[in-house]
Amino acid sequence: MIEVEQLQFRLKSPEETVQLGARLAEHLEPGDVITLEGDLGAGKTTFTKGLAKGLHINRVVKSPTFTIIREYKGRLPLYHMDVYRLEDSDEDLGFDEYFEGEGVTVVEWAHLIKDYLPEDRLAITIRLIDEDEREMTIEPIGDRANSVCEEFRNESISD
Amino acid sequence: MQEKDEIILGIETSCDETAAAIVKNGTELLSNVVASQIESHKRFGGVVPEIASRHHVEQITIVIEEAMKEADVEFDDLSAIAVTEGPGLVGALLIGVNSAKALALAHSIPLVSVHHIAGHIYANRLQEPMEEFPLLALVVSGGHTELILMKEHGSYEIIGETRDDAAGEAYDKVARTLKLPYPGGPHIDKMAAEGSPEIDLPRAWLEADSFDFSFSGLKSAVINTLHNAKQRGIEINPNDLAASFQESVIEVLVEKTYRAAREYGVKQVVVAGGVAANKGLRGRLTDRFANTGIQLSIPPLWLCTDNAAMIAAAGSIEYQKGKRADMKLNGNPGLELEAF
Repeated sequence: MIEVEQLQFRLKSPEETVQLGARLAEHLEPGDVITLEGDLGAGKTTFTKGLAKGLHINRVVKSPTFTIIREYKGRLPLYHMDVYRLEDSDEDLGFDEYFEGEGVTVVEWAHLIKDYLPEDRLAITIRLIDEDEREMTIEPIGDRANSVCEEFRNESISD
Repeated sequence: MQEKDEIILGIETSCDETAAAIVKNGTELLSNVVASQIESHKRFGGVVPEIASRHHVEQITIVIEEAMKEADVEFDDLSAIAVTEGPGLVGALLIGVNSAKALALAHSIPLVSVHHIAGHIYANRLQEPMEEFPLLALVVSGGHTELILMKEHGSYEIIGETRDDAAGEAYDKVARTLKLPYPGGPHIDKMAAEGSPEIDLPRAWLEADSFDFSFSGLKSAVINTLHNAKQRGIEINPNDLAASFQESVIEVLVEKTYRAAREYGVKQVVVAGGVAANKGLRGRLTDRFANTGIQLSIPPLWLCTDNAAMIAAAGSIEYQKGKRADMKLNGNPGLELEAF
């Protein structure tokens, strides 16, 4: 197994966050799961807008905080979850059906459902540096996540 | 001989609430039962644990029986059963849809499917007439911020919507930042009334001709304001921040609604969704539409939040149009209003 170290990016604007998401989306396959951590306003939904763009989804990606899950159709379906409201509830909303489904799943505040997360996933953390700047870390967990990261790193280097 | 009254049972299970209601002739409420989990929301400090399907399963039969009993109707009296088809959580929607299908089949009652947002709009019809078309609906809640143009009953065109956070969600997230208890909206509304809107926060007008909304940048601006003040050791009056935030949200909501109403020549504006309970918003909308010749309707709070009376009211429109669902009806989490 290839062990890829985590990738780190400095993003200077929301546009750069969107672009990075769009580029990563090109490497994704059905069943891939991405977890997103970061404070309010860090850009979790902004990054997901980028993923949607890269998956050729035309509809506007809106925050799923209230509805918990929103689904979109594109090159692959995108399942966008925000599990913030599930804190302490220990509820399984049928997560496996999404994680093992036909599409790509993005989970915001994923640590709140850590017992339900799949073993293989891309763990992304977005840290606020200042008003505009963000530091994004992508940590691959598992074989599939490692190969996505490896591909993505090679592409990023050749750019 | 007088025509038989139309009696509709409405069922709603799209998100947190399990609800059933009976509505007569599309406008008269006979019963409205909501198994609300507000107390448990408070107990869990801002989260909603009661959304899994099994909670709806536990409640649904009791809630329907109670609605029928309170209205003093039997299944034989029902003209139709109306149920929320979507949008919402699929597991939650399915409980309502399957209950409605089972009852419709067992008692040979017509089945009608309803879009959740159409329900919010038609909640107004339980309060006052909705007969002035074109009509504009401003839907503002935790999950929605939309301007919907209606040229006639049951016809919906989204002319503006949020591109990121819903207005109610922005309230809840700012409340989270200010460490206020759940639900955050009413707290901010109260604090805003005590403060003055003197902190400069952005208004997202977007493109000049756009009726879309965006509240994510405002949320970030509030977070940045607090963060910067903390770093500089400056005290910020939370009431002033709440007032400034509320001012920004309301100004954009009210102005865009007014401009859309003018542009499309609407005769009536109705407000729907949980944020319609906000006193600041109600006041400003009332002022803005005074002496304009445009009728403004804002429902009372109990009709703004999720309930099944609104589903029965919207179901009545579908029923009168001759629309029927069959036993293939399924919960549709991504149901679009315009396709409905």
